[in-house]
Amino acid sequence: MSTSDQQAPPRRLAMPELLIGIGLLACAAAVAWQTLAIPVSPLYSKVGPTVFPYLTMTGMLVLSLLLIVAALRGGWQPEEEKETPTDWKAMGFVAAGLVANLLLIHPLGFTAASVIMFVLICYGFGSKHPLRDALLGLILALAAYFGFARALGVNIGAGFIENQLNSVINAIIGMARG
Amino acid sequence: METLNQLAHGFSIAFTPVNLMWCLLGTTLGTAIGVLPGLGPALTIALLLPITYQVAPEASFILFAGIYYGAMYGGSTTSILLNTPGESATIVTALEGNRMARSGRGGAALATSAIGSFVAGTIGTLGVAFLAPIVVKFALAFGPAEYFSLMVLAFITVSAVLGSSSVRGLTSLFAGFVIGMIGVDLQTGQPRFTFGMGELLDGVDVIIVAVGLFAVGETLYMASRRYAGKDEIVPLKGSLYMTAAEWGRSWKAWLRGAAIGFPIGAMPAGGAEIPTFLSYAIEKKLSKHKEEFGTVGAIEGVAGPEAANNASAAGVLVPMLTLGLPTSATAAIMLSAFQSYGINPGPLLLTTQANLVWGLIASLFIANVILVILNLPLIGLWVRLLKIPAPQLYAGILVFATVGTYGISQSPIDLVILYLLGAAGFLMRRFDFPTAPVIIGMILGPLAETQFRRAMTISNGDWSVFYTHKLSLTLLTLAFIGLAGPHIWAFIEHRRRRGPENVPGDA
Repeated sequence: MSTSDQQAPPRRLAMPELLIGIGLLACAAAVAWQTLAIPVSPLYSKVGPTVFPYLTMTGMLVLSLLLIVAALRGGWQPEEEKETPTDWKAMGFVAAGLVANLLLIHPLGFTAASVIMFVLICYGFGSKHPLRDALLGLILALAAYFGFARALGVNIGAGFIENQLNSVINAIIGMARG
Repeated sequence: METLNQLAHGFSIAFTPVNLMWCLLGTTLGTAIGVLPGLGPALTIALLLPITYQVAPEASFILFAGIYYGAMYGGSTTSILLNTPGESATIVTALEGNRMARSGRGGAALATSAIGSFVAGTIGTLGVAFLAPIVVKFALAFGPAEYFSLMVLAFITVSAVLGSSSVRGLTSLFAGFVIGMIGVDLQTGQPRFTFGMGELLDGVDVIIVAVGLFAVGETLYMASRRYAGKDEIVPLKGSLYMTAAEWGRSWKAWLRGAAIGFPIGAMPAGGAEIPTFLSYAIEKKLSKHKEEFGTVGAIEGVAGPEAANNASAAGVLVPMLTLGLPTSATAAIMLSAFQSYGINPGPLLLTTQANLVWGLIASLFIANVILVILNLPLIGLWVRLLKIPAPQLYAGILVFATVGTYGISQSPIDLVILYLLGAAGFLMRRFDFPTAPVIIGMILGPLAETQFRRAMTISNGDWSVFYTHKLSLTLLTLAFIGLAGPHIWAFIEHRRRRGPENVPGDA
């Protein structure tokens, strides 16, 4: 676009931004693939279910190209972000907590899985008292469970802890009703 | 007169003990989440969406509106004492408010922001009550083509005009479109973007998207930036009473802020950034104490923007209630609550759901009164909330996030989608993509598509309906100006200054 004898300092290609642009391009391709997979009945030939997906795909295509161009010209990341190093260890523990929650919520129930996630995330953020965190997590998880499951009528995964407490509560309610 | 009668009827609904309780609950919760960094009204309302299956529409909207208003009040407390704006709308409040707190006038800053929020919130709510019926009369003339063009205008303003980059804003918006299209197409019954997975036939729930972007993404981002400098809480010094001079400097700023905030919020553009920055600039220009700006903190610089913020928050409700057009993430999630009741916000809402609309508006007046009480005499309580340490705060947010997501259908697939969206939210936060357009795109995108197809069906597939109807053409022209105008302007400026050799390189 600009000639090489320009005296402006050459701006370096920004790798992370380039990857984001390419990722969006891949998303546009996935949108195209899924749009082609939509069966269109000839009855709806005028404005069928594929017109908007195609418009969206075109928009994403153009935007991803603009992002790639911006990345080739040095990217757009704010200076402040570039200067702050990423704390991979903290992020790793948060991610581990999330994955543990996903894997354990079915076998152990919501409360137990939440306590494990709570402790891992606290540790990731620099807390040095895992036992205290576990107790706090337990109180919070039970509050969340009974707040949601009982008050809002939402059914969330019940495990050993919840079943025990539920039967205790039901017994108390039963006794109160006489 | 008609409006006053309706409003009186609304108060008779809002003043029932049950609805007062919902209002108190909403405002308290709203203030709390406004104060806590990392939690916002959009996330909170999304997590509470299941309540729509349990209680009457009046109750849940009074609750949601209380949270919405409360978060505005609470957010300013955090900006003033912590200098970490919880939301983009309170960035300006932090500019002068935090300086005031550091020079020992935190009490006055909190007072002017709470009373200013009350004044502007009340003016804004009055504005909603009187403007909404007028907009409805106008909106009844809208056909599908006009609706579609209006939505295009809203899409452009919320994603491209506001924010730092139109390309990144539009990227977020289009990502929202794709998420919104997942599931069965309601007009033809064809599955779209399901990748052959049965779990995706019902679409992706807005709860998962909001929680993924705002809770999981935010937590990952905060974890990644632990090396960044930490903000200190400025201890609250000085009495909460303002001196006569401070009152004198505040009240005009409140009124000016409200006058700027409400109209901008009520436009189909929305957003609190523009009115708050505008109000700040005006107060700085008009102030007799210019030397206090940027040094010890000027009280006008808190009073004006805070008023503008609250008035524009009220203004956003006008297009939401009368046109079904949400212009902020919170409003979009409230729209999905309407959908969950099978109610379609639009020009007919004020007549078909008069109890709901006027009860809601009346409860907003009550919410403002409750909030000014909660935020002045009880301020010490909220300051204590600020001391919750970050590890436990973010871990706790994620526990609630899991409940909200897993509770939808007890499907681990939902958690997988949640985490994927969380990773996307982290990248968006890290690389400066706005997140609100994703939510607006996913809620408003399908509605725009419906209007588009309706317009095309009526016109027998003739695209010209969008530019032969005068109103539709005007709206689309405005959208085009909003998108291209700044770039053309920059291009002209650039050429004039540097000659034709350089091509503007900002994407």
